[in-house]
Amino acid sequence: MTGRLVRLAEKGRLPVRFTLDGSPFQALAGDTVLTAVLTSARSLRAGDAGPERRAGFCLMGACQDCWIWQEDGPRLRACSTPVAPGMRLLSQPPESWP
Amino acid sequence: MTRVVIVGAGPAGIRAAETLAQAGLCPVVIDEGARAGGQIYRRPPEGFTRPPTSLYGSEAAKAVALHGCFDGLVAQGRIDHRPESSVVAIRDGVLHVLGPVGLLPCPFDRLILATGATDRLAPVPGWQAPGVFSLGAAQIALKAQGVALGRRIVLAGSGPLLTLVAAQLQAAGAGVAAVLDTAPLGAQARALPLLAARPVVTLRGLAMRARLGRLYRAGVTLERIEADGDGPTALYWRDARGRARETPCDAVALGWHLRSETHLAELAGARLVHDPLWSQWRPGADPMGRAGAGLYLAGDGLCLLGADGAEIAGRLAAIACLQDLGLPHPAPDLRRLRRLHRFATGLARAFPYPAAGVAALPDSAVICRCEGITAGALRESAAHGGAEANRVKSLSRGGMGRCQGRYCQIAVTEILAAATGIAPAEAGRMRAQAPARPLPVSACLADPAPSQTILPSGRR
Repeated sequence: MTGRLVRLAEKGRLPVRFTLDGSPFQALAGDTVLTAVLTSARSLRAGDAGPERRAGFCLMGACQDCWIWQEDGPRLRACSTPVAPGMRLLSQPPESWP
Repeated sequence: MTRVVIVGAGPAGIRAAETLAQAGLCPVVIDEGARAGGQIYRRPPEGFTRPPTSLYGSEAAKAVALHGCFDGLVAQGRIDHRPESSVVAIRDGVLHVLGPVGLLPCPFDRLILATGATDRLAPVPGWQAPGVFSLGAAQIALKAQGVALGRRIVLAGSGPLLTLVAAQLQAAGAGVAAVLDTAPLGAQARALPLLAARPVVTLRGLAMRARLGRLYRAGVTLERIEADGDGPTALYWRDARGRARETPCDAVALGWHLRSETHLAELAGARLVHDPLWSQWRPGADPMGRAGAGLYLAGDGLCLLGADGAEIAGRLAAIACLQDLGLPHPAPDLRRLRRLHRFATGLARAFPYPAAGVAALPDSAVICRCEGITAGALRESAAHGGAEANRVKSLSRGGMGRCQGRYCQIAVTEILAAATGIAPAEAGRMRAQAPARPLPVSACLADPAPSQTILPSGRR
C-alpha cells in the first residue's frame, strides 16, 4: 500500500512504531496521527455518510473529518494529535462498538 | 484583578495578550495549538529543523517576533497560556474549555475572541472523495509536517492563498499539476487600484504567480473531481474560453479565500450580518472590535485583513478592553487599519466567491460532505419547508454534520437563495450551537473540582 502523503522535508527524525488495523507501520517523531497514517495508507477511516473513505480535510481542527478509532481507548482527532509509540489505531469502529 | 480571557493565539491573540500584559493584567490565553502562532505563523513541533525563512518566506521576521513575544510573556509568567484547549461553550460569563485534563470552567469578566478564519469552500462535484482537502490543509501539511498531500496535486479555487501555496509547494519540491483560479483576469485587473493600497504585497503576489507560468489558469470553471475508491484521479474543468480540460491528479486542494470563524462570537452574543462583498455572515463590531458588553473581537474572525491586520486589531481590542475598564492604555492607531481595509476590499473583489457556479450545481452534487447531502436534497427541502437555512438543516441534515456547517453553509445559502429567487441574506444563517467542538460524554460526567477552575494566576 502506498501512502497518500509524500515527505518533502524533516526526514531525519527518530522512527515511531504504531499499528493500523493490526498491521505494523513506522512514522517519525513529531508526526501527527494523520501524517503517520497517511504516509503509509490512503485513508484514515471508513465513511459514515456515504461510500467514500475519509482522509481528513482541513488539517486545522475545524472540520472533524479525521477522527480515528483506537483498539482500546478514546477516538483521536488525527490532525491535532501527535503519534505516540505503540498506538494501536483502527480505521473502523472496534467490534465491541454497538 | 479583572479576569480577561483571550481565545486564540495567532497574531491577533498574541498582540492582545501583549497589550494587556503591558498594562499589568494577566490574561488567560486559550488556544487549540500545541504552540502559539495561529495558522499562518504556525510552528512545527519541537525538533523540526527548517529555519523560519523556509517556513514563512518574506514574513519570517514577523513570525519570529510574534513567537518570541508570546514565549517571553509565558516565561515571565505574565500570561496564563492554555494550549491544546478548545472552548466548547460560552454561557453566563463562563467559558467551558476542553483541554488535556478534561472539561474545565473558565469564568471571565471580559472576553477577547481571536478565532481566525478557515478556508471558504465551494463544493465541486466529487469533493467528498478522500484526497480532497482545503487549500489551507496543503499549506499546513507542508509547514507543520514537511509533507505534500499527494504526488500530483491540483490547487483550485481563488484568493491570495492559491498562488502562495502553489509557490511554497513548488519551492519545496512537491508535484503541482495545475493551479486553477475561478476568478477571471478582468475582475482581478479591475481590483488593482484597491490592491495598490499595499503595493509591495501586490507585486510580490504577481511575481509569485508569474513564476508559476502555464500552471496557473484564471477564469476557469471547475466541473467535477473524478475519483475511484482510492481518491481523486482527475479534475475536469473548462478554461476561460470554455474549452473542456482534464488534469490527472491524486490530490485536490480547494479554497476560495477565507471565511471568518464566528462560532464562538455568536455563542458569546455577537450580532452577525450578511456581507454580500464577502459572501458570508460577519460579526458586527465598532472600529476597535467591541461586539457586545465585555466582548471584543479581533483578527480574521472579525474582518479578513490578514496577519498584519490581525496584529493591529489584536492591539485595538485589548486597548478597547483597557479603555472600558478605565485603565491606562496606549493610544489606538486606526490609520493603518484603513489602508488594510482598502486592500482587503480589493482582494474580495479580485477573488470573488463563485456564487453563480454553486447555485447551478447539479442535483446530484454532494454539498454537505459530512452528511453526504446533495444539492437536490437541499432544493427539495426548500420546496417543502421554505428557504430558511435552519429549517432546511432540520429537514435535510445539510450542515448538521461533524463540521457544523463550517464548510458548506455558504454554499447552502447560495443554493437556497437561487432556488427560490431570494437574496442570500434572506435565507438566514445556520445558528451556531454548542458544543463548538466534539465533546466526549465522559468529559461531561466528570465534575471538576473547584481547584480545577481556570483562573488567571494574577487574580487577587
